[in-house]
Amino acid sequence: MKNTGLLIRTAIIIVITLVAVYLVFGPRRAPNASDFSLQGVKDNLAKNINLGLDLKGGSHLVMRVKTEEYLKRLAENNESAALLAAKEAKDEAGNPLGVTDGSVVAESGNYQVKINLTDASKAAAVIDAVKKKVDFVNWTESTSGNSIIWSLPAQAQGRLKEQATEQALKIIDSRINAFGVKEPTLQRQGAADSGQILLQMPGVENPERVKALVGETSRLELMKIVSPPNPTPVQIYPSKEAALQSIGGKESDSRKVLLYTDRDDSATAANTPPDQKPKQYVVVESPAVVDGSELREAAAIQGKGGGSDYQITFSFKPAGAQKFGDWTGKNIGNYMAVVLNDEVKSAAYIKSQIFDSGEISGRFTKNTADDLALTLKSGALPAGIEYQEERTVGPSLGADSIRSGVAASIGGLIFVILFMLAYYRGSGVNAVIALVLNMLLTLAALIVFGSTLTLPGIAGLILGIGMAVDSNVLIFERIREEMRAGFTVSEAVSMGFDRAFVTIIDTHITTIISSVILYVTGSGPIKGFAVTLILGLLINLFTAVFVSRTIFMWILSRNPKMEKLSI
Amino acid sequence: MSNFLQNIQIDWLGKRKAFIAVSIFIMLAGLVSSIGRQYTPGGTEAFNLGVDFQGGTVVVAKFRARPADDDIRNALKTVGINEPVIQSSTDKTDEVLIKIPLVEGTSQPETAPDANKLAEQVQAGRATVKSALDTFGKEAEGEITLDSAPDTAYKIVGTDSVGAVAGSKLRNQAVTATLFGLLGILLFIAFRYDWTYAAGAVIAVFHDVLIVLAFFSVFQWEINLTVIAALLTLVGFSVNDSIVIFDRIRENLSLNRTGSLYEMTNQSINQTMSRTIVTNGLVFLSVLALVWFGGEVLRSFSLALFVGAITGTYSTIAIASPIAIWWQNKLGDSRVRDVTPQPTGEKLASSSRRTVTRRPVTR
Repeated sequence: MKNTGLLIRTAIIIVITLVAVYLVFGPRRAPNASDFSLQGVKDNLAKNINLGLDLKGGSHLVMRVKTEEYLKRLAENNESAALLAAKEAKDEAGNPLGVTDGSVVAESGNYQVKINLTDASKAAAVIDAVKKKVDFVNWTESTSGNSIIWSLPAQAQGRLKEQATEQALKIIDSRINAFGVKEPTLQRQGAADSGQILLQMPGVENPERVKALVGETSRLELMKIVSPPNPTPVQIYPSKEAALQSIGGKESDSRKVLLYTDRDDSATAANTPPDQKPKQYVVVESPAVVDGSELREAAAIQGKGGGSDYQITFSFKPAGAQKFGDWTGKNIGNYMAVVLNDEVKSAAYIKSQIFDSGEISGRFTKNTADDLALTLKSGALPAGIEYQEERTVGPSLGADSIRSGVAASIGGLIFVILFMLAYYRGSGVNAVIALVLNMLLTLAALIVFGSTLTLPGIAGLILGIGMAVDSNVLIFERIREEMRAGFTVSEAVSMGFDRAFVTIIDTHITTIISSVILYVTGSGPIKGFAVTLILGLLINLFTAVFVSRTIFMWILSRNPKMEKLSI
Repeated sequence: MSNFLQNIQIDWLGKRKAFIAVSIFIMLAGLVSSIGRQYTPGGTEAFNLGVDFQGGTVVVAKFRARPADDDIRNALKTVGINEPVIQSSTDKTDEVLIKIPLVEGTSQPETAPDANKLAEQVQAGRATVKSALDTFGKEAEGEITLDSAPDTAYKIVGTDSVGAVAGSKLRNQAVTATLFGLLGILLFIAFRYDWTYAAGAVIAVFHDVLIVLAFFSVFQWEINLTVIAALLTLVGFSVNDSIVIFDRIRENLSLNRTGSLYEMTNQSINQTMSRTIVTNGLVFLSVLALVWFGGEVLRSFSLALFVGAITGTYSTIAIASPIAIWWQNKLGDSRVRDVTPQPTGEKLASSSRRTVTRRPVTR
């Protein structure tokens, strides 16, 4: 009976070992003869294990946030808000302040908002009214003649540019993490206001897709279309000029002309590529009803037509939902546009009050819909991004130092193995088998979980191996102690394992608990450390206790009355 | 059988004052070094932070015949740059990216980023790298290209300043994550053993981290991202060591309740001494191999592990156990003593889940 137990244990160990050998050294395709050569095994190993930037290198992308675009939009938004506030304001007698118009200067290095009045003596009252509504904290104001001018000093420009870069960095960080790029490094480059960001990522399969994902501005706005209400079809214009003409020749603060890529649901129209369709324009009311900053969730779903047609549903945060609900309630029958990066993606009339959700349709494939949903969720970039430099780089730790590090580690490992063999004799073989199996299984587990191995990960591996050696030492020292206390070999082995198991469980659980906390609360390198350590320790409970004990059981089953154990 | 370690009788706890004095001395040295350096006019920072933490200058050099990474590293060493990051460009094999930390004397502007200062830094960094690379031959300066001037050996094709990879955000996150991790350890040991042991183990961990940091400040070894990994490793190592001894104390207490806690602890440390020496000796020697042969780039990592391996072992005996004992004595021995002493050689409920028949280990 005891023997069947032993056979089952042995079978479990052999199966697990074979699976691990395949996972670590085997190809991910039908095996052929070359997989059994040394070079083939090496190649497969390199393919199976994802190495991080520090060990293997990857792509190196320098990009620049177009901060001047950000400042320009800031100036424009401030101008329209200021003009609105100034026009609404009344003096003590309840009369308007005589504000005529406003203008914006936005060239590199010079950002100004100008508001013109009919009566210079009202300037102070206008400034007061504007300041209540618009944030001009960083701007310097001045009056000249009948105009009030706010201009952005160079220092404030620098600070705002830096803020925009910092914000872009955070958004890019969340995007590449959400996309699943493992262990990237993201850092600012160049002068504080240069807007440059350096992204390095280890071997990404589809760098072009990541680049598009990172660079997507994803500014979502919901705007009211200037059009007679339903059932009259939505007012569209065949050309930009025609659209402009309808609003008096030029865009104003409250009216904008946007490109409308029409999306026709009929099957024939769906076969026409978008760029071959005639261009259409609509006039929308500015500012937007709600924008992307109010989004709570965005997801890609399959369109009603099924097949490869995807669309994006989104929902708002409570505050945005309230705003949207109020507005739709008042505008039933009117047309609304879903605007993405200043392009109308869809136009529809409002059937009833809508509170918290909407959708964007526009001939997306699964990938583009997924990516757009992801970028919408991460928030809009403060400004567009341009790529300045792209290269692939070698490991950041340097190939030569990795070689010497690997050599030193292998040297250390061989020393440990030799010592265990010399100090524990026959039982040392036992420990070495457990140790090698531990490393093999840990690597296999890392492959199964698709983890990326970096230097901190290797540190976790080293600690795991250290604790594996320690487990064996604890067990063997305990067996020796019990034998000295006069127990027979089989009693001593059984007691040694039982007692040492309590210690091993305590040390392992303690470390696993703290590693899980590190994994949950930490990021990047700390997560990498925690993952390999957790895996290594869980596997060690199997190798050092179960496997090692099974080997002792084999030895004892062949000679139950054994009097001397080689330990 | 190599059993020379079986009969150790050392009064470890009796030496606790000397141990604690040594620890305090090292920590004070670290404190003096880190504070002193910050307040000495013209002095350096408390720690020698690498390019990972404080940013620096990146120089892209294009070589006619690309030297080995090690040669470039040695050349930089002669001009005082000990920890450059050298990264080859795999699609342009003749180009090398060299990242160096801020050159001494030019410190990163803390608040108002000053474009001029930054440009100065980049220039200083470029000049430093140039002086190092000049050992390989003349630079093709200005408009000259490598092709137009056959006597040149390299050209600096790009310079820029880089921000920190591990900004304050990552540093803070690492510290919070570790503190939460230690809290988890504290709770688990308190649950499995006792609050006194939990406190001992966690204080020992703090001690170890402080000692390693003291060494890094005193000797101005460079702190980079790998040191964080080493510190995490050290925390795990130190706690592991403490628990092995605590486990033995717990077992001894449940087997033989006649001795005092003091004797019991000494006995437990001595009984596990063979394991301590074998395991920690192996760890120590493996890390020593890494220090000696691991290469320049892993130097900080290896040194942190090296100091950590020593202090992790030491703190179990010198810090964790005395604190646990001291606190239990404060609480009074009542909990330990009021149990009726058990005759030896009987069936005992060991502190473990299972019941074992055993004699106490002969002394």
